[in-house]
Amino acid sequence: MPITATSAARLRADAVTLGYGDRTVVRELSLDVPDQQVTVVVGPNACGKSTLLRGLARLVPTTGGSVLLDGKAISERPTREVARVLGMLPQSPVPPEGITVRDLVSRGRHPHQSWWHQWGEGDTEAVEGALRATGTAELAARDVDELSGGQRQRAWIAMAVAQETDLLLLDEPTTYLDMAHQLDVLELVAALNRDHRRTVVMVLHDLNLACRYAHHIVAMRDGEIVAEGPPGEVVTPELLREVFSVEATILTDPRTGTPVIVPHRTVQD
Amino acid sequence: MTAATRTGTATNPVRRLLPRPRPRGRVVAAVLGALLVLLLVSVLALSLGDQATAPAALWQALRGHGPENTVYAVHEVRLPRVVLALAVGAAFGVAGGLSQSVLRNPLASPDVLGISAGASVAVVGVIAVGSLGGPVGIVPIPVAALAGGLAAAGLIALLARDGALRGRRILLVGIALSAALTALTQFLLTRIDVYDAQRSAAWLTGSLNARGWGEATPVLVGLAVLLPAALVLARTNRALLFEDEVVAGWGVRPGRARAALLVIAVCLAALATSAAGPVAFVALVAGQVARRVAGVPDIPPVLAGAAGAVLVLVADTVARTALPAQLPVGVLTGLVGAPYLLYLLQRRRSTRGTP
Repeated sequence: MPITATSAARLRADAVTLGYGDRTVVRELSLDVPDQQVTVVVGPNACGKSTLLRGLARLVPTTGGSVLLDGKAISERPTREVARVLGMLPQSPVPPEGITVRDLVSRGRHPHQSWWHQWGEGDTEAVEGALRATGTAELAARDVDELSGGQRQRAWIAMAVAQETDLLLLDEPTTYLDMAHQLDVLELVAALNRDHRRTVVMVLHDLNLACRYAHHIVAMRDGEIVAEGPPGEVVTPELLREVFSVEATILTDPRTGTPVIVPHRTVQD
Repeated sequence: MTAATRTGTATNPVRRLLPRPRPRGRVVAAVLGALLVLLLVSVLALSLGDQATAPAALWQALRGHGPENTVYAVHEVRLPRVVLALAVGAAFGVAGGLSQSVLRNPLASPDVLGISAGASVAVVGVIAVGSLGGPVGIVPIPVAALAGGLAAAGLIALLARDGALRGRRILLVGIALSAALTALTQFLLTRIDVYDAQRSAAWLTGSLNARGWGEATPVLVGLAVLLPAALVLARTNRALLFEDEVVAGWGVRPGRARAALLVIAVCLAALATSAAGPVAFVALVAGQVARRVAGVPDIPPVLAGAAGAVLVLVADTVARTALPAQLPVGVLTGLVGAPYLLYLLQRRRSTRGTP
């Protein structure tokens, strides 16, 4: 899909303020999500990164500014229409008891169906494609409850893939996974971006993994963006001190050329 | 099925041997099976009575032929009662299945939550007004029951709103409200005329004695309107098995969807209560039976309705024919339902989202 104008990202935050009740978490934040790239949002606990992601997915209402999807305020577009363009996977979702992987994945077709059009060829193809793309085809008949953490996460991602949205938002997709499974999941996300041209925005805790899989890094603190750009340019000792209050040395991964962070100690500010 | 998958099956013989991914196929089979059971139980219930009727004679009597007393027994005594039992059971079953699945809790049925108690207190209230010298029957009984059920539901939603209508909080609020409303009903019973009190007490145990078409009609009308509505919302109902954030990501507004389905459940439970009283445990048990029979994570409404109908009809037929004294059907369903409730309580350790 050709990008018509470089300045008009499909998903944008325009001076958004987000919060829960009286508590403001994200304050007047603006962000252009680069199309067809992997954007990773990083920052310390409670910096508002998950809230930003949920705001971008219209799951938290804006109290100021607006989130724009294809130039229109996301809150004013029919929510089903949005769901065909933008998919969101919350952090560690709980599957209903007794659901099979195939059933879970087929739920991703929800926004494409209606009660008079329950299931079509396109749906079968999308589900089979998602199962194959995520390596969950051989697990299709199994209960999600029986799966390992990594397999389960892949099944959830398969659900989001079956939704066939151009934009995919993932909230900490690697939580509770061991190192190998974290890599599996992130390789899968990278492949979805590379092979299917999907725009991905995800929140990650592990900075080294963020540097390795992001085209674009967004570093947040106290509800604001401190820096954003390619990992090689953004991740510096100064930024780590400012954002994470950590003294660190930055090396370069000889294989990928991306930054590797070696933390030394915390600094009081 | 697409051409691609068909070739896939042809080229890969192993795939044909694997269990096929048609999860809803079992639901269809279960619904057909349930309807067959329903038919058999109905025939049995129509045949049994003071004098059992043979199948051939039953068929004749249903068409208005044969001995006059058989035609009378079948047409005037058994048929209305069987229809009423089916309607009440189905309404309670659908209501229970919907509320359990929407609230993701196997205990969250209208009887546990105090919806039936709300309908009951409104009905006894209308009787009390008449009994205490006011106008008799100021409001038709089904209308009073609907108002009472909806008011109770509104009160629960208001009191439990911080709990986002899910989890333990709504159950605790519902149980407390149920107890308060039952106490209010008991109080009303002590104030009113002895004859009215006795009539009300019989109704409050859940009974089909001396009831017929008049009571069945509002329930049947309710089912005719609300069951299709529930089926139109069936996809949304299945989506609500998931957490709100997941559901919202699919373009469903979970709050709205839940409210719509719960109003359907409340209306059905209230109408059933107006016809036969708060028949114990039917709404609680029917949905759980349906879920296990279908082998799916959700509760198919039609199956829950069929389970409720079978339960009430079997219980009423046993109460009517097999026991020395004619017991109210609610006594029997209570005897079956209470151990089942204990089993559910004992089995349920986590607060996982399971209807």
